Amino acid sequence: MAKNVGIVIVSHSPDVAKGAADMVRQMVGTNVPLAWCGGNPSGGLGTSVEAIVKALDLAWSDAGVVIMVDMGGAETNSEMAIEMVLEKRRPKIVVCNGPIVEGAVMAATESSGGATLDRVRRAAEELYAR
Amino acid sequence: MRRDGRWRRRTKAMKFDQRTTREMIQTIADTVIGSTDELTELDRAIGDADHGVNLERGFNAVLAKIDSISAQPIDAALSEVGKTLILSVGGASGPLYGKLFATIGQHLTNADEITNERVVAACEQAISVIKTLGRSDVGHKTMLDVLVPSLDQLRMANGVCSLRDVRKRAHEAAVETIPMIARRGRASFLGERSQGHMDPGARSSELIVAAVCDFLETRQ
Repeated sequence: MAKNVGIVIVSHSPDVAKGAADMVRQMVGTNVPLAWCGGNPSGGLGTSVEAIVKALDLAWSDAGVVIMVDMGGAETNSEMAIEMVLEKRRPKIVVCNGPIVEGAVMAATESSGGATLDRVRRAAEELYAR
Repeated sequence: MRRDGRWRRRTKAMKFDQRTTREMIQTIADTVIGSTDELTELDRAIGDADHGVNLERGFNAVLAKIDSISAQPIDAALSEVGKTLILSVGGASGPLYGKLFATIGQHLTNADEITNERVVAACEQAISVIKTLGRSDVGHKTMLDVLVPSLDQLRMANGVCSLRDVRKRAHEAAVETIPMIARRGRASFLGERSQGHMDPGARSSELIVAAVCDFLETRQ
């Protein structure tokens, strides 16, 4: 079981989500559990609760998981997905209020150093706090 | 007072057997699906032009399993409608409408007969859940700008209201979103430029409220 905080990237566009994930991998390799998803249930622009649930499972870590989202529906659907995972995992999953690409990279670098869920979240969110 | 008595008798007489449940869900789905283009056009003006197709996908998913949905009691049926929308819509409207149906369902548990009071109480809970989930409230140019006044009309009613009044209020409330500046949702990115367009979520809420009123009228 992974010990570093996992990162899930949720965008309306699968290209954006995959691109952000590529940048994270380049920074931290396989040191951080990572998953991404994008597109609505028919494959158009949007997000899918089911896909987010799967991504949360893939990137699961006992240290927790942060979700980076782009806008609106990605955030609401991520909150729905959290309600659908195992109850004991829910308190360890947070949706970050930060920019999806820079936030994911910042969160991943923080996580790769073994930071806690809260510190990883703050790293992703401080880009908006500046 | 005569009208009051009539309303109470009507609502108390409302029983949701399998056929009633099925027809009501079918009416709502048909209404929303039939307005796909209109909703998408409204969303093209101030959003990302997907509200119509998103709800169409959601309600088509509901219709695909309407047999198993309507075989359940009304509370479980509405919860299932909600869950289906959450999983199939693909935009923020999925969780928002999904939670609307699911929460109303949860609060109608063990209701053999659906009374006005129970419906009002269930809708109050549902609206409160939507406010929290959407971090929004009345005046932000959203679905809440139709749902809240429609519920107020129903509650104020306390017997002296007809379904026609509720439907009329829903329509007026949707029109009232036209001059509003969006504070939540994709339209909020436009700021003042969101003025002059009806909110697509307000319109879809009006359609759903109207569909339920239309359906219940045929049952009276």
